[in-house]
Amino acid sequence: MAFRVQFESNDEVGVFAKLTNSYCLVAIGGSQNFYSIFEAELSDSIPVIHASIGGCRIVGRLTVGNRHGLLVPNTTTDQELQHLRNSLPDSVKIERVEERLSALGNVIACNDYVALVHPDLDKDTQEILIDTLNVEVFKQTIADQVLVGSYCALSNQGGLVHPKANIEHMNELSTLLQLPLVAGTVNRGSDVIGGGMVVNDWSAFCGFDTTATELSLIENIFKLNESAGPSVIQQNMRQTLIEKLA
Amino acid sequence: MEYLPADEITQTQVKILCCVCGVLIDTNPSNMCAACLKSNFDITKDIPKSSNLYFCRGCERYQHSQGNWIYCELESRELLTLCLKKLKNLSKVHLTDASFVWTEPHSKRLKVKLTVQQEVDGGTILQQVFIVEYVVNNQFCDACHRREAKDFWRASVQVRQKVGHKKTFFYLEQLILKHKAHTNAVSVKATTEGVDFFFDKKDDARKFVDFLQNVVPCRYIPSQQLISHDTHNNTYTYKHSFSVEIVPICKDDLVCLPPALAASLGNIGPLCLCLRVTNNIYLLDPFTLRHAELSNQNYWRYPFKALASTKQLTEYTVISIDIINRNQIPGHQKAHLSSKHMLADAYVQRSCNLGSNEDEIHTRTHLGHLLSPLDRVLGYDMGNANWNDTYFEKFEDANRDNIPDVILVKKFFGDRAIRKRLRRWKLKRIEVIDETASSEGGDIAEFMDDLEEDPMLRENVNVYIDKKKIASEMAVDVDDLEHEGIPQITLQEMLEDLDIDDE
Repeated sequence: MAFRVQFESNDEVGVFAKLTNSYCLVAIGGSQNFYSIFEAELSDSIPVIHASIGGCRIVGRLTVGNRHGLLVPNTTTDQELQHLRNSLPDSVKIERVEERLSALGNVIACNDYVALVHPDLDKDTQEILIDTLNVEVFKQTIADQVLVGSYCALSNQGGLVHPKANIEHMNELSTLLQLPLVAGTVNRGSDVIGGGMVVNDWSAFCGFDTTATELSLIENIFKLNESAGPSVIQQNMRQTLIEKLA
Repeated sequence: MEYLPADEITQTQVKILCCVCGVLIDTNPSNMCAACLKSNFDITKDIPKSSNLYFCRGCERYQHSQGNWIYCELESRELLTLCLKKLKNLSKVHLTDASFVWTEPHSKRLKVKLTVQQEVDGGTILQQVFIVEYVVNNQFCDACHRREAKDFWRASVQVRQKVGHKKTFFYLEQLILKHKAHTNAVSVKATTEGVDFFFDKKDDARKFVDFLQNVVPCRYIPSQQLISHDTHNNTYTYKHSFSVEIVPICKDDLVCLPPALAASLGNIGPLCLCLRVTNNIYLLDPFTLRHAELSNQNYWRYPFKALASTKQLTEYTVISIDIINRNQIPGHQKAHLSSKHMLADAYVQRSCNLGSNEDEIHTRTHLGHLLSPLDRVLGYDMGNANWNDTYFEKFEDANRDNIPDVILVKKFFGDRAIRKRLRRWKLKRIEVIDETASSEGGDIAEFMDDLEEDPMLRENVNVYIDKKKIASEMAVDVDDLEHEGIPQITLQEMLEDLDIDDE
């Protein structure tokens, strides 16, 4: 399901939250509204954690993570790191990286298998990325924008990219990532996809301004309406098995 | 691996869904289709869709701004400019096109089609076309309003001089013509003892009064008459008039100065002749050759009237003349003496009594350099005259024996008719509405004589060649020799007039 939320009347949801398949980080806000919506939708399957990074609320832009791990920038204090370690499930590795481009969420976009990174990202960071998140790393741009994390949103089902991307490049990316991609917008025409929404395999959250058209596009590409029940997943798996056997 | 030049890689822009209606569109900065942009943003919402124009039926002009009316054709560029100027907030958008939509001329409606562009929502430029309707209202303009009310002037300058002739006004007329001071005057009207100038604006009248103050000694009294007023918006309409009084002293007048004034001018006179009037009055004591300049302010401090003016001049004939040496003039070391005149003892006789055995009259005169025996000369007959002047009466009581029988003023150069015949120049005139029905032929001839005699006076006046006169003279062939000595204006001093003639 896709939901419309607002963080203190700000539509840029991706800035204040980080959503993966095994945990969700939410910024500490003045009111509980934002947190409550996430908690209501997610708390029965994954932990929803109040977090700050280096005293900042923009957790979504500063961190990058997936089912396997979480990378935090070097601005993170020991206390914050300890809190995250305590709150995250034990299977999730957490790592602090010494990276010049410290807004990791802006320069890295990833799902559980692949990651697109900023072309200038440090080699060491890439190594850590591979080790911690268990992903294949591709240095890429999206629509000539180097901030790949800001301009796309990826899940294991699909990806939404900047509307100015050209078809050839999208095909190339799609092949690399082994994911269906679509160009689109969130928050009534905003092209900052990563900043405007968060997504995992069964839910997505975007800003209040997002129109019905945008919402339906998001639900389609991330396959949110189909995977509403586990039976659908089973059916899919069965079909693929049969295809392989045939 | 082969190198592919950049332009061989085709770049196909992806199509996205319009974020509002879901139509497939090319990307744009707001990621919205044109129809949705149009329905979401109205760049013309601040611009009024109807407005008013004011049209004066009297002069067929449109009101441009407050009190400013301009003439425009229907569907003309000027009218379009005027229409666009009426629209508020038009500067907030970029105007790309404007044109009139045809409307029936009698409908009192104008329609203007405007195309405007504006950047909306992150760089998309939206273009919109809309029509503004103007209602043309009738309103009389100020000028027509006043014409209808037969109210043509706002300010008048009433120039007056309380003397028996109009020579000053002829001089003034020439000055005005030379300086083009009358161009703003609506009309010029002659009255008894003066001329009225009418103006459209108070400022013009004011400027004219300033001009008068620069060229003639005068004073003025401003006044105003309330024509209408509106207490609601505190507007008052006045008619202004400036009453300008020119000093009643003219060239060749005999004056008797008030004792205080005579003392302040270095004990001149007090019997003096007025040599010239410009913005000051130039006085000469004909018995001592002392001269003085009397300023406008000083005159009004001690005002006096002329004892006698040119109408009272009598013709005399010089019998003999003795030049007095400058050194023998009493007080010549201290006082400023006129260098242009020569003091002389003259023995004269009335021209009408010439040949009878009337006694020769002795007098002192400043015209020693001009006169020789048998010359004719004009002078004031003091012996037989009876003056009514307080200053003179006091002076007469004190110096009964010292007052000469005649005061010579100027040389007489011959008959006016002859001089007129010899005149090869003319003056321009201002068109004046004359309701007084007085003849001015004598005065103007006298003024022209003065011009011929006085080069200093001529400096301020434009003299034009009289071509017709010269042409006719060539046919008749006048013998100039017999009128030698009559002062004339040389051809160098004359101006060519612009002559628009069919011939």
